[in-house]
Amino acid sequence: MTKIRLNTTRFLLIATLFLGSFISNKAFGQDGKALFSQNCASCHAINKDLTGPALKDVESRWSSKELLVTWIRNWNAAVATGDPYAVKMKDWSPAAMNTFPSLSDADVDAILGYIKTASAAPAPVPGAAVEGAPAAEGDSTLVFGILTLVLAVIALILLQVNSNLKKLSDEKEGVVSLEPVPFWRNKTYIAMLTVVLFVVGGYLTSKGAIALGRSKDYQPEQPIYYSHKVHAGVNQINCLYCHGGAAEGKHANIPSVNVCMNCHMAINEYNGEKLYDADGKEIDGTAEIQKLYKYAGYEQGKPWDPSKAKPIEWIKIHNLPDHVYFNHAQHVVAGKVACQTCHGEIQNMGEVYQFSDLSMGWCVNCHRETKVQFKDNGFYSIYEKYHNDIKSGKMDAVTVEKIGGTECQKCHY
Amino acid sequence: MEKKYWQSFGALNQSDAYQKDVQNEFKEDIPALSEDSNLLEAKTPRRDFLKYLGFSTAAAAVAASCEMPVKKAIPFVNKPENITPGVANYYATTYVQDGDVVSVLAKVRDGRPIKIEGNDLSSINGGGTSARAQASVLDLYDTARLRFPSIEGKEVTFEAVDKAVAEAMSGLTGSVVLLTSSIVSPSTKAVIAQFLAKYPGSKHVTYDAVSYSGMLDANLATYGKRVLPSYHFEKAKTIVSLGADFLGTWLSPVEFSKQYAAGKRINEKDPSMSKHIHFESVATITGSNADEKYTHRPSETGAIAAALLAAVRGEAVNVADEKLKKGIAAAAKALNDQKGAALVVCGSNDPSVQIVVNAINEAVGANGTTINWAHTSNIRSGNDAEMAQLVKDMNAGSVGALLVYGANPAYNWYDVPSFVAGLKKVKVSISFNTKLDETTELCRFSLPDHHYLESWGDAEPKTNYFSFIQPTIHPLFKTRQWQDSLLKWSGATVDYVSFLKQFWGAKVGGEAGWNAALEKGVWQPEAASVSSTAFNGAAVAAAVDTARAAAKKDGLEVVLYQKVGIGEGQGASNPWLQELPDPVSRATWDNYFVISPALAKTLLGIDLSNGGQADAYEVNPPKKVIEVKVGNQTLSLPTLIIPGTDPNTIAVAVGYGRSAKTGKAAEGAGKNAYPLASFNGTFVAYHAANATATLTKDKYPVALTQTHFRYDTEQGNRTEVMKELTLGDFKKHPSEIYDERAKELEPWGGIEKFESDGTIYPVFDRPGIKWGMSVDLNTCTGCGACVVACNAENNIPVVGKTEVMRGHEMHWLRIDKYYSGDLDNPQVVFQPLMCQHCDNAPCENVCPVAATNHSSEGLNQMTYNRCIGTRYCANNCPYKVRRFNWSDYTGSDSFANNQEGIISDVTMDMQDDLTRMVLNPDVTVRSRGVIEKCSFCVQRLQEGKLKAKKESRPLEDSDVKVACQQACPTNAIVFGNANNKESAITMTRMDNKLRTFFSLEMLHVLPNVNYMAKVRNLPASEKHKAEAHS
Repeated sequence: MTKIRLNTTRFLLIATLFLGSFISNKAFGQDGKALFSQNCASCHAINKDLTGPALKDVESRWSSKELLVTWIRNWNAAVATGDPYAVKMKDWSPAAMNTFPSLSDADVDAILGYIKTASAAPAPVPGAAVEGAPAAEGDSTLVFGILTLVLAVIALILLQVNSNLKKLSDEKEGVVSLEPVPFWRNKTYIAMLTVVLFVVGGYLTSKGAIALGRSKDYQPEQPIYYSHKVHAGVNQINCLYCHGGAAEGKHANIPSVNVCMNCHMAINEYNGEKLYDADGKEIDGTAEIQKLYKYAGYEQGKPWDPSKAKPIEWIKIHNLPDHVYFNHAQHVVAGKVACQTCHGEIQNMGEVYQFSDLSMGWCVNCHRETKVQFKDNGFYSIYEKYHNDIKSGKMDAVTVEKIGGTECQKCHY
Repeated sequence: MEKKYWQSFGALNQSDAYQKDVQNEFKEDIPALSEDSNLLEAKTPRRDFLKYLGFSTAAAAVAASCEMPVKKAIPFVNKPENITPGVANYYATTYVQDGDVVSVLAKVRDGRPIKIEGNDLSSINGGGTSARAQASVLDLYDTARLRFPSIEGKEVTFEAVDKAVAEAMSGLTGSVVLLTSSIVSPSTKAVIAQFLAKYPGSKHVTYDAVSYSGMLDANLATYGKRVLPSYHFEKAKTIVSLGADFLGTWLSPVEFSKQYAAGKRINEKDPSMSKHIHFESVATITGSNADEKYTHRPSETGAIAAALLAAVRGEAVNVADEKLKKGIAAAAKALNDQKGAALVVCGSNDPSVQIVVNAINEAVGANGTTINWAHTSNIRSGNDAEMAQLVKDMNAGSVGALLVYGANPAYNWYDVPSFVAGLKKVKVSISFNTKLDETTELCRFSLPDHHYLESWGDAEPKTNYFSFIQPTIHPLFKTRQWQDSLLKWSGATVDYVSFLKQFWGAKVGGEAGWNAALEKGVWQPEAASVSSTAFNGAAVAAAVDTARAAAKKDGLEVVLYQKVGIGEGQGASNPWLQELPDPVSRATWDNYFVISPALAKTLLGIDLSNGGQADAYEVNPPKKVIEVKVGNQTLSLPTLIIPGTDPNTIAVAVGYGRSAKTGKAAEGAGKNAYPLASFNGTFVAYHAANATATLTKDKYPVALTQTHFRYDTEQGNRTEVMKELTLGDFKKHPSEIYDERAKELEPWGGIEKFESDGTIYPVFDRPGIKWGMSVDLNTCTGCGACVVACNAENNIPVVGKTEVMRGHEMHWLRIDKYYSGDLDNPQVVFQPLMCQHCDNAPCENVCPVAATNHSSEGLNQMTYNRCIGTRYCANNCPYKVRRFNWSDYTGSDSFANNQEGIISDVTMDMQDDLTRMVLNPDVTVRSRGVIEKCSFCVQRLQEGKLKAKKESRPLEDSDVKVACQQACPTNAIVFGNANNKESAITMTRMDNKLRTFFSLEMLHVLPNVNYMAKVRNLPASEKHKAEAHS
């Protein structure tokens, strides 16, 4: 039984991993929209002035595309050419634009292409950028369960019928039979029932005991209805923009109020798709932004004074026991694991819930199956033996387990 | 190698108690039930037990199925750019305490300093630290710190205290005196000058508890300046020390250890090393490390100096004792052989003795070579005569105001009653000390200073060598830097931070230069310049006579000494330092009289060569108490027998017997020995002649660790555990150790193939990293910095005195001390012993739950959550390095305070919310009932590996430094990836192939820690001499 369960879980996990990587590829692919979200969206929108001006039909406003590209990479250089529009734009806002020297020509083209398409489209871009969850794998346990039950009842009836028939035939032949025992007092039935109860009860008890302290699907109500769907899904803000700690150290970190205010100084209303909380109640996005302003001590139209802000007391969803050491950077940077692998399709979550059970079995399983960045990461160059084995075809890839990733002191110290 | 090594008298005699003890891992049995216990008649019979069992199971089930607690995650409001939660920042700062200076980095995790590391950029301590510097981070979170300014004990605001002080000072009759310990900060000196200028007739008196006044006065007499030179032990081929514990407590031990190790590091292709001859009355770590050591009466120091001067000059040596005479002749010869590369240092505070020592140094050409006057030392500047005068003035009522910073004469002045009486006559008494110490308690105003980790500042330990202090945490309490108070009271409008920036601004190149200097933490010349200074020998002849005259022929003498951890008393309230076994006596939590085995026979009636008597002394913690009388001062303390102590000397450590108000750790620990010092009008003498000692009927328990974790080896002389040889032997037969190993392992494949051929089991792959450590016994001085560093890094609990007495101390790293040779004056070897991370570990095989197992990187892993506490592993460990949590020492139990009354007060104090801020969040705090041990700082290994992975490059040596390695002032510990052919660990093992050995190698446990044999600079032993002739 355990074996079957394990295999189903494994299958599910692989399926999720596969789908997860598919989704993440799509979300972070090098297309214009993604590049726009990563680099521009924190200050620019298509149809609205934010920290930076609205970008609708931006190309037509510039004297030449080259100059615009120069501006995007390093606006100082564009100002230096003396172009009157560039000089004018310099003073558009007191906040200076960032420079993007690393954007390639193709990148800039992709971004401008996206702006062009988006400019042509009528209203704010609707959501549903990412396809839905992996189709339910079809939990057949229930079907089998009902089937078993039906068969068991049939078997019982047949047994009863059989004994009745036997009794009738006995009577016919004149064999004197004992007074029949009703089935609820039949010792065989009682024994069978006891065994079944013991097995089922034991299974449920141990399963329940194992689940103690775990909180899969935990979805508390947060002080502000913050929708990852709106931010990471619809607007495709890079996860690391807010959770930068995930690339640096053990904690991914919940963004500080000033990170929220970077964008929300300008974005003060919500016009997107209707939002619903877990109970199906409609949420007023603009009112939630007002809650943020209250925490931040920000009054619209006045400059923001961060010293007046109060911290937002978010409810922590993902809790690991104290004796577990988990490092985000290890997984995100060194392992290049997509956030969705552990956190689920966060970009489709209105309110966040705990996607994985965060159990040790779940961790170890992934460590057994995930391949490390063996060829790409210079750290692994010291594993000469494995490199040779790969060359000679003895092994095709190195899993985390192979480099000691399932040993106790990788996570417990 | 027929020499026998022993740790205890029991081991020397192979006594019964020793034989029994080495069979067991733990000192006492678990409180198991014996047959004759009356459990069956107990009040809780079986049925009740079953009821309780049922109830508790049900209760646990109900409790466990309750809802999970809601945890909150509260982010920053406005995240500072350079702080990432969960990632440590390192800030360069400087540990300064009463003149001691160590340039350090403070590791700050989420706003809390949690660990002190040496600053590699400093050319003085170069990454090394001392036990006290390591422990200083715990002082920051000390519950006994003063938390607010007060007037006569009542809390007030700083405004109120400023106003009250201003009022009191305005109508003042009598002078204003600033009494401090040695000040090393140039900017503070400027602040003090400004303050003194504001109050005409005021003065600054510098007072050191353990004074170097005699040395300063001697330098004034012979070199014309009252300063200390800097020393270059690394340039000295011959070092003679007359009672100067320069590796432990004398002047600048971290710097000197580093220099000393440079001279002791051996190149096996061309073996040579410095020669160190030591004369002392009480055993110190410096004497233990010496090549040759001689003991003498404390009063004889001067006579020995005079005799050495005579011998160096080629005159007759007038010393009665034959052994000493031989030693002096040997020292003189060694000094004369290395003229220009010789150095004599002396720990005496008697100016005459120091004048003689200066004359010797002059004669052997030390001035301008090993003694440097180009960069003079600022770390001690106290003046005994001025201090005595101040006490006189105070008693005469001519002192109107006394401002105390650092100094604590109400505890450590030789004549406390007269100081206290004087202080009562001073109208305005102000203390800036951080704790309610003995002096502060008597002061009217208390304005506690910040801890150094909360402070701004600078230090100049040697002229032109600067080290900076920057705050690493917002002040925890309502405290204020004392310089701010002085500035305010001298009418300055700037605060100390601005003053400091102004002071440095031009010198370091403005704001940018200042920031760069702060980042590095040090500002020093590229290379040290060395110069001599003119010597004036006029005072020498008289000094020789005075020095000689002091020597006593008979009677007992008393000498005061400092312990590495406790120092002058600053470490007494620090639990880590109290529990650090003193390297020499290996005792914790107390001071005691130290006597020689010879004196023990006559005074205590203990004959150590008698197995039974040695056992009776050694096995039971209560030690016989003696009463020592010097003049009209008496002191009763328990007595420890330490081989290597002069037979006519009784030694006692200062720094104990502190007021309970300075902290839980200080409470009840030892007695104050300062009253045994004396003042003769010019200097304080820390020894006394004509002492009488009487044995009392009392006994007092001492928590001695020398006999803990004992284990025997088959051949009984312990050369399988540690190895030592003389330089002569090493030159004659360099491969002696290697050959012995080869011979022993020959039947099992020899050294190279021992791993695979010595077993029937398959050999495991180590495809990537294989961690390895090497410890050089030749440069390890036994100072204990690594032990405290390990405590801080790995959240090792403090268990308290009673638990230590039961053998329950938790240190993951201990420094074993081995004696060999003559019982009266043995040679000593220190061996740091931590988990050896055996590749074929005996502990792993016996764990029934696989809580301890091996990693593919060669780590012997310990998983606390799996451990069920059978302690089989500890029983099977040949090195006795596994520790069991007998109680809930860390407060990790889910029920608050359920250990109250079971564990000691000081352990409870370590569980305070404030103290717990020092815990390393990356290391699990262990609960009761589990085994723990050295993990090779696995959290650092993981961090280092991650750093390399993030940068997509192979691991380098600089990525990983384990805590003990980082703390070591002599770089005796090397650590790294032994699979990497170019790593430091591989190179060290290759370069020192002939001295490398593994402890208990023949067991085929395959340790990942290797040692390098200690080499003593002595001629070849008789055995090898004979070989040479035959």
